[in-house]
Amino acid sequence: MAETILTNTGPGAGRLPGWRGIAADWASDQRAFKNVSWGKAMMWIFLLSDTFIFSCFLLSYMTARMSTTVPWPNPSEVFALNLGGKHIPLILIAIMTFVLISSSGTMAMAVNFGYRRDRVRTAILMLVTAAFGATFVSMQAFEWTKLIMEGVRPWSNPWGAAQFGSSFFMITGFHGTHVTIGVIFLIAIARKVWRGDFDVGRRGFFTSRRGYYEIVEITGLYWHFVDLVWVFIFAFFYLW
Amino acid sequence: MVDVPYDRIAGIPPAEAPDVELYHPKSWLTRYVFSQDAKVIAIQYSLTASAIGLVALVLSWLMRLQLGFPGTFSFIDANQYLQFITMHGMIMVIYLLTALFLGGFGNYLIPLMVGARDMVFPYVNMLSYWIYLLAVLVLASTFFVPGGPTGAGWTLYPPQAILSGTPGQDWGIVLMLSSLILFIIGFTMGGLNYVVTVLQARTRGMTLMRLPLTVWGIFTATVMALLAFPALFVGSVMMLLDRLLGTSFFMPSLVEMGQLSKYGGGSPLLFQHLFWFFGHPEVYIVALPAFGIVSDLISTHARKNIFGYRMMVWAIVAIGALSFVVWAHHMYVSGMYPYFGYFFATTTLIIAIPTALKVYNWVLTLWRGNIHLTPPMLFALGFIVTFVNGGLTGLFLGNVVVDVPLSDTMFVVAHFHMVMGVAPIMVVLGAIYHWYPKVTGRMLNDVLGKFHFWVTFLGAYLIFFPMHYLGLLGVPRRYFELGEAAFIPPSAHSLNEFITVVALTVGFAQMVFLFNLAWSLFEGAPSGGNPWRATTLEWQTPETPPGHGNWGKELPIVYRWAYDYSVPGAAEDFIPQNQPPTTGAVQGATP
Repeated sequence: MAETILTNTGPGAGRLPGWRGIAADWASDQRAFKNVSWGKAMMWIFLLSDTFIFSCFLLSYMTARMSTTVPWPNPSEVFALNLGGKHIPLILIAIMTFVLISSSGTMAMAVNFGYRRDRVRTAILMLVTAAFGATFVSMQAFEWTKLIMEGVRPWSNPWGAAQFGSSFFMITGFHGTHVTIGVIFLIAIARKVWRGDFDVGRRGFFTSRRGYYEIVEITGLYWHFVDLVWVFIFAFFYLW
Repeated sequence: MVDVPYDRIAGIPPAEAPDVELYHPKSWLTRYVFSQDAKVIAIQYSLTASAIGLVALVLSWLMRLQLGFPGTFSFIDANQYLQFITMHGMIMVIYLLTALFLGGFGNYLIPLMVGARDMVFPYVNMLSYWIYLLAVLVLASTFFVPGGPTGAGWTLYPPQAILSGTPGQDWGIVLMLSSLILFIIGFTMGGLNYVVTVLQARTRGMTLMRLPLTVWGIFTATVMALLAFPALFVGSVMMLLDRLLGTSFFMPSLVEMGQLSKYGGGSPLLFQHLFWFFGHPEVYIVALPAFGIVSDLISTHARKNIFGYRMMVWAIVAIGALSFVVWAHHMYVSGMYPYFGYFFATTTLIIAIPTALKVYNWVLTLWRGNIHLTPPMLFALGFIVTFVNGGLTGLFLGNVVVDVPLSDTMFVVAHFHMVMGVAPIMVVLGAIYHWYPKVTGRMLNDVLGKFHFWVTFLGAYLIFFPMHYLGLLGVPRRYFELGEAAFIPPSAHSLNEFITVVALTVGFAQMVFLFNLAWSLFEGAPSGGNPWRATTLEWQTPETPPGHGNWGKELPIVYRWAYDYSVPGAAEDFIPQNQPPTTGAVQGATP
């Protein structure tokens, strides 16, 4: 594909400031978002749709939590760990959050080096991001294991409302799936970056289209979104 | 891309991006089966949707046989009747209409109408179809699994949808929910393509306000679908967990078969909210493409520009936005907080404003037009009448106090069949008569087409008008048999027989249409490139049917809006969108 990432917007495209500029773009021909490639536009719209999915999950969980007649287990206690003889609430979740947010940092650096066409650093930073992501998923697996050992099931748990376990496994499971897909996506793109596909314009295996370094940024959009969703899950599920 | 100096083409900025490189199929398999060409994908979508739609049509005959002649047909029992109802509704709304309008017409028309070579991501577009096909196969497989398809009604309300006693409790409901999840995944892949193509891949000169209304309708419906289907996705996942893992998202404590069930603490109302947050926009996901297409049919066949183009566009957008805040008008009797009804009744009635505006504009487009009563025009006129009809009964049902006694009666059945069953199907049929020449290069037979229209149109009224009356009598919907009830007079039974006879007749009359489709493919009169003398870009392709890449060597350049019909002083009564102005400024541009 002759990608539309070119920043050539032709004569008469002197940008108007603010809302007038937005109105001018939408009133123009060819593209509503100037200088936004097809891939990036698609990812943004997909993320908008995905936002609705996570919103529905979280709203459903909140409805269940508010309408249940049985007490809701206290997340601070449920997710506490004994470390070095000390009882620390939410410590694992705090570490997981820290890891995931750090991965957003390395992802942003990867995007930066991608646009400088720095093949090696981009690939390494993407792999570091993927490693952070994989660490997050492993810690989640540990957390699931711990809860299951303690008797939490999707249909019941020892401390109170059954919907606690249901919502926990469903929401963290769905988010963890997103992270896992992101890790796979990161590794696949990092491999292409490492191999130099985007320097020589090698064609994709399935789509037979040429790739560009911009795909690093598109991957980054997805990754930051997954992080952002985690912040909401953290706030609404663990801190509430 | 043609390299015309900037000043020679008035008002058209230069190309912002170079022409695209297309994927070129190398074998028969990648050309016709695993094709990445939107036009082939469109035909695949349409054929699959029509095939499963025919199954739903047959199911409706079986239902009508039971309703018209209860006790006569030993091969229909109460469980099967519920299964027929469920599958008929689900197939018609989602697997037929949504897939046909967006996957079928969307895929075919969007790239051609906006002047693109293909959808922006052809490979993802191809996956979209194959996942849709998988969803349809999973759905169809429920007819053959132990216990059969689910009989929960197309709304799948818990708790009854997953309790024993409801037919299809073993396999049917699980496969139904899985199929819905697959459909949503597949649709999202296609939907992202349609939206990005409209926003980012238009040809030079094609501004949003020069798009044909067909594209506006499909585009807005797709955006809505991308935001509404997530609620159904989440609802399906949660119910699947309730059914398979024994969670209790939607399941309160209740007694099942004389025993306390394992469930407890869930909220059935939550599912209804999720379902209708999807379900109401879904009505407009089906209706908006119909609105768009019918505008183009009327304008083309009345040889007149569409009245109030800008208003039509904003009405489409306004309806799309409003439809997200009306969902609980489906739930007046559900037991939700009663004062919510005030809010949802108000928003529901507000939707009548942009909708009525569109109806007025269609009628004003016809006014003093040069109306050609071709089959597409007949179906478009049939749509307007039917839609007004269904819309008026919508005013009854949108008001809480009127809705409460009419809930769950045949009146509701009559209302939604008029407004989102018959009306969009009229447009689908009209659109097939209109675009069949572009797809195949041959005209459909006119006489058979007119016969098809009159039987379908009159038949639909003979079927659904009496249903309103039955509903006012209090005849409930979804009942296997009415039996002897004091409030149901004997005339209601004879009316049911009448409806059944008409429904079977109209159903079989569709075979004339199928015959016409098949026969005209080989024997129809050659149509040429632009048989309706229409202005929009899809009629201006160098080849008919359009070849791979749609436009030959050079992309078209658009100089005017899509509705330059009967322009005073013009040589012909239509000016194609890509015809340059002869002198000076662009003529007949968007007013």
